[in-house]
Amino acid sequence: MLSCKDVTRLCSEEQDRPLTLSERLNLRMHLAICKACTNFRQQMVFLRAATRRYREGRKEPDGE
Amino acid sequence: MSTAEVGNGIDWNDPSIAKIRRDMLRFAQLQLRDAGAAEDMVQEALFSAMKYESSFAGRSALKTWMFSILRNKIVDHIRKSSREIAGSDLVSGNAEDGDDFDALFNERGHWNPEDKPPTWADPEASLSQQQFWEVFDACLEKLPPKTSRVFMMREFLDLDTDEICSELGISTSNCWVILHRARSGLRMCLDSNWFANGEAAC
Repeated sequence: MLSCKDVTRLCSEEQDRPLTLSERLNLRMHLAICKACTNFRQQMVFLRAATRRYREGRKEPDGE
Repeated sequence: MSTAEVGNGIDWNDPSIAKIRRDMLRFAQLQLRDAGAAEDMVQEALFSAMKYESSFAGRSALKTWMFSILRNKIVDHIRKSSREIAGSDLVSGNAEDGDDFDALFNERGHWNPEDKPPTWADPEASLSQQQFWEVFDACLEKLPPKTSRVFMMREFLDLDTDEICSELGISTSNCWVILHRARSGLRMCLDSNWFANGEAAC
């Protein structure tokens, strides 16, 4: 069983490499019962979205 | 279409260009942490944009197009200079200060009750708020410099970890660790400085 600390590492690494099948299964099992790690993972996904937006100049096309 | 686009051409004297230039400069400074180099990159990117104006087909926003040119310039610059900025520094930077995330967990690796990530209220909406980006900038600047550099290469320049490793002479797993540290730091900073009123996770 993964600890929360292991899970945060996987939530970051899944943005950089494909997780193995067993990592994915273990991650899914943990997230099913852990709200804190689920939040952490959503926040990692949000960070990715934010940096994508940032590097395009932050705003909507032509927006002020 | 931007106000700076006139017919098939771009009006380089339009005030909107000056504004894009300022945003590009801020982006480059954050990326390079070197005001002189940032100025050079932006200048080069602007020259390229003017030179290859005809290749701007209006498929993307003008600003997005100019940022993509700038990004390429910065990537080239990093490729040229990364060996000088010393991978060895990065490797020894394993314990950069202020990134002791282990303290968030108990000895069994579970979150301390007070450190559990809370739910963030409507994070998507934040992306269109100017104040959010000010906090985001401040949080990026608070990351330890080497951590920040790897994070920027990964997220803003969109290099993959293999390339970052080879550019900086660090191992792939070290790279993952540094990225994890960067994201955790940024997450915590945004959590306390922007999303602080979220509901605590049970």
